[in-house]
Amino acid sequence: MTTQKWQSVASLEVMQKRARMLQSIRAFFAERDVLEVDTPSISAAAVTDRHIESFATTMQAQMFYLHTSPEYPMKRLLASAYPSIYQICKVYRREEQSIYHNPEFSMLEWYRLGFDYKQLMQEVSTLLAMLSAESLLKTQIQTVSYQQAFLQTVDIDPLNTSVENCRACCSRLQIEIPQGMAGDNLDEWLDWILTQAVAPAFNKNGFTVLYDYPASQCALASISADGRVAERFEIFYGELELANGFNELTDGAEQRKRFESDNKKRQLAGLDAMPVDENFLQALEAGFPKCAGVAIGLDRLLMVLTGKSTISEVLAFPFDRA
Amino acid sequence: MRSFSVLLRLGLFTVIFMATYSTNEFKNGLKLLLDGNPCSITENVLVKPGKGQAFNRVKMKNLKTGRTIEKTYKSGESVEAADVEDIDVEFLYGDGELYHFMQPTSFEQYAASEAAMADAVKWVKGQEACTMTLWNGEPLVVTPPNFVELTITETDPGLKGDTAQGGTKPATLETGAVVKVPLFIEIGEVLKIDTRSGEYVSRVKE
Repeated sequence: MTTQKWQSVASLEVMQKRARMLQSIRAFFAERDVLEVDTPSISAAAVTDRHIESFATTMQAQMFYLHTSPEYPMKRLLASAYPSIYQICKVYRREEQSIYHNPEFSMLEWYRLGFDYKQLMQEVSTLLAMLSAESLLKTQIQTVSYQQAFLQTVDIDPLNTSVENCRACCSRLQIEIPQGMAGDNLDEWLDWILTQAVAPAFNKNGFTVLYDYPASQCALASISADGRVAERFEIFYGELELANGFNELTDGAEQRKRFESDNKKRQLAGLDAMPVDENFLQALEAGFPKCAGVAIGLDRLLMVLTGKSTISEVLAFPFDRA
Repeated sequence: MRSFSVLLRLGLFTVIFMATYSTNEFKNGLKLLLDGNPCSITENVLVKPGKGQAFNRVKMKNLKTGRTIEKTYKSGESVEAADVEDIDVEFLYGDGELYHFMQPTSFEQYAASEAAMADAVKWVKGQEACTMTLWNGEPLVVTPPNFVELTITETDPGLKGDTAQGGTKPATLETGAVVKVPLFIEIGEVLKIDTRSGEYVSRVKE
């Protein structure tokens, strides 16, 4: 007998909590005069990040892509003299499916004019504390730099290490080394150690704010004045990654270089180069205000608030029932 | 991959062709060749930081030994495919050494070793529709039907009146397998057995 798949697997209670969470988030931003916006999810341009894959479709013989985050159009609004803005929307990432990943998921993204990333870390913490309290979840928020976290748990300095040190660290801690690790890409070794040893040591029943990533993992973040770190943070609950934020890069020329470098890395890895968002680059070149921005995965946040261990339990219909 | 092996059989290609799977094709049941052993994926977990390298943590069953192996791949890696296919066969008979099966559509016969039979030996007496996994054309694993019906050849006498109470006793089936059955079951009765758990399901009314 084939299993019937028409029903929802999430409980009504969880769905009610989802609705309350969204109300609370909107109230939080209304109080702070942050404007809710709605930007397109289909674009002729796409993310160039080597590790993120866009869904593609065609219309009138042209390729279009579903957004993987609303970042580029939101930044175009900021360049058009908008105030601080937020958006709650669905985003789409191909090839991402696991107990913590659904190929389409809900994202809360916001940008604060005049904030730096440390002030924004504070504001995210305030929001998380408020939502936790509303869900009667007793929790703590700890803040630690990427460097401190690595030094404390695996005794390597991520800002001053080598692939060889990472390999030795894996052997010492009996962490399996995945097949296919490159000898010349330190970041993938740091990613592996972060997921296998550093994040698992975070407070299991609390939030951890990890900040100041290696400059080589900057994405769309600005780099510190001394050039050592990306002004970027991530927030975890236990070892579950919830949010990613940074001081936004405001330099159009530098952004263009990063897109081109991303596309080179994609081609080296056998992936197609993606069409870069010229509208976004022109917006940066026209003049972009200093700001900090962050994106939070709302389904994972709801998992935390409801104590569920898989993303399927907080979605009306997970991907295999969509 | 299959179309290629057809071409190979037709002799159109003389090159050695090695099929591979990329990690993004990984799913349960996919057959890989690991250190020369055919393995079947039983669990595939994606480890994926939002802005970083993804990894696949994979659990596999070695189809020759039944052992479970864990291995991690950087996502995007290619792994050699095992030339494994599942076919539907009917069990004919065992000759004490080999177990003989026939593919009902082609009438082609296959002989499986005891190692390939493993637990399937306990559940088949003849004519059952089984699944046979072939590796390079040779029987590798025989999977019996999920449910079989077998007669009891030996068990303690039934307890009168005890039709609903709990409690079990061992019963020997016509294939020699021993299962736990409720106390009221008697010799000569036909039982429905779940071969995946080896557990009694119900009596079969004649």
